[in-house]
Amino acid sequence: MGMAADSEFHVLAVDDSIIDRKVIERLLKTSSYQVTTVDSGSKALEFLGLREDDGINPNTPSVSPNNHRWRLQEVEVNLVITDYCMPGMTDYGLLKKIKESSSLKNIPVVIMSSENVPSRISRCLEEGAEEFLLKPVKLSDLKKLRPHMLRTKIKSHNGKQEPEELGMPDEKIGFPSPKQEEQQQQQPQSKNNKRKAMEEDVSPERTRPRLNGITTMV
Amino acid sequence: MNFAKNRTVSTVPAAKTGLPVWMMGLVADRLRADANRLLAFLFNQGILDEQFLQLQQLRDESSPNFVSEVVNIHFHESEKLLRNLRSLLMDREFSGYNKMGIHLNQFMGSSSSIGAKRIRNACFAFRAASEQNSRAGCLRALELLEHDYCFLKNKLHELFQIQQQRVLAAGARYPMQN
Repeated sequence: MGMAADSEFHVLAVDDSIIDRKVIERLLKTSSYQVTTVDSGSKALEFLGLREDDGINPNTPSVSPNNHRWRLQEVEVNLVITDYCMPGMTDYGLLKKIKESSSLKNIPVVIMSSENVPSRISRCLEEGAEEFLLKPVKLSDLKKLRPHMLRTKIKSHNGKQEPEELGMPDEKIGFPSPKQEEQQQQQPQSKNNKRKAMEEDVSPERTRPRLNGITTMV
Repeated sequence: MNFAKNRTVSTVPAAKTGLPVWMMGLVADRLRADANRLLAFLFNQGILDEQFLQLQQLRDESSPNFVSEVVNIHFHESEKLLRNLRSLLMDREFSGYNKMGIHLNQFMGSSSSIGAKRIRNACFAFRAASEQNSRAGCLRALELLEHDYCFLKNKLHELFQIQQQRVLAAGARYPMQN
């Protein structure tokens, strides 16, 4: 039994080039993700429910101070993939704004760029990007995205986030269940202890094989 | 069962082609060979690279025309960019290379995204000329760019025509499967 379909994952793709938007959209859909594309960093932030603090979008409709709560009930974004350099927003601009926002900072961000500049790459990773992809992006590059999305989903379901994050109980992913006990031959423990053990395994590292073990539960 | 189907259909001309169905097999083979030969040529000449193949792999039943759609958008954009580059270069009050650089980067980016290797390389040459502040060099590079672009456009239109004919041929041969 495979995990819940990847179409559970919603990716927001940001690129000012219409060609690249079409290509990345097709790549993501072929990988079975839901996709939304926007052509600018400010539109991306709008979609994510974050109002521009410097008033660039004064006419943004119905954006309330508690908009992150509203947003999460409407549309959840599991990953943002963005071009590095776009007009209208400084380099790293979107990345920084997302990572500085309390409601958005846990969304994994992936940067795409057509130029292979090591200092740029390390700076992006320092600023909190999960991956740096060189354009033109290939189908095989997208395989790197799933672990980041999985990690965030499991985190949020384990309730490790601030209360504003998804509080909807969803037994599909992450919670220890009888299946978990079958897979991992551990001594019988109380449910709470098991959950703690799982949380500790999941949170610090990104690509440990155990992560796959958890996903196959679904 | 299939054989019986073919037998009853074989005397009927396939829709849209006027050819009997039994001949469509030959046509389909010929078209496939034409497409492959054209692709091989474009690869060997360094005109296209593997990114184009990547895009081909993204075609499926829901988006059979994905590649031609994207490429046509690219051509539309390219012609705008080329016109802009030319008018910037020919401008009597030449305003400098900054604006050209922006157009050039855009052109390079989208060419690279569809696998247009030769065009991307021609853009590099253009950029080098602009970095040396050589207007003559830029003009030469632009002419080369325009030439390569025209050539690519013709060849890809040829390829897409062949691919469309293949789709038609397949549809005519196996109307049930459509």
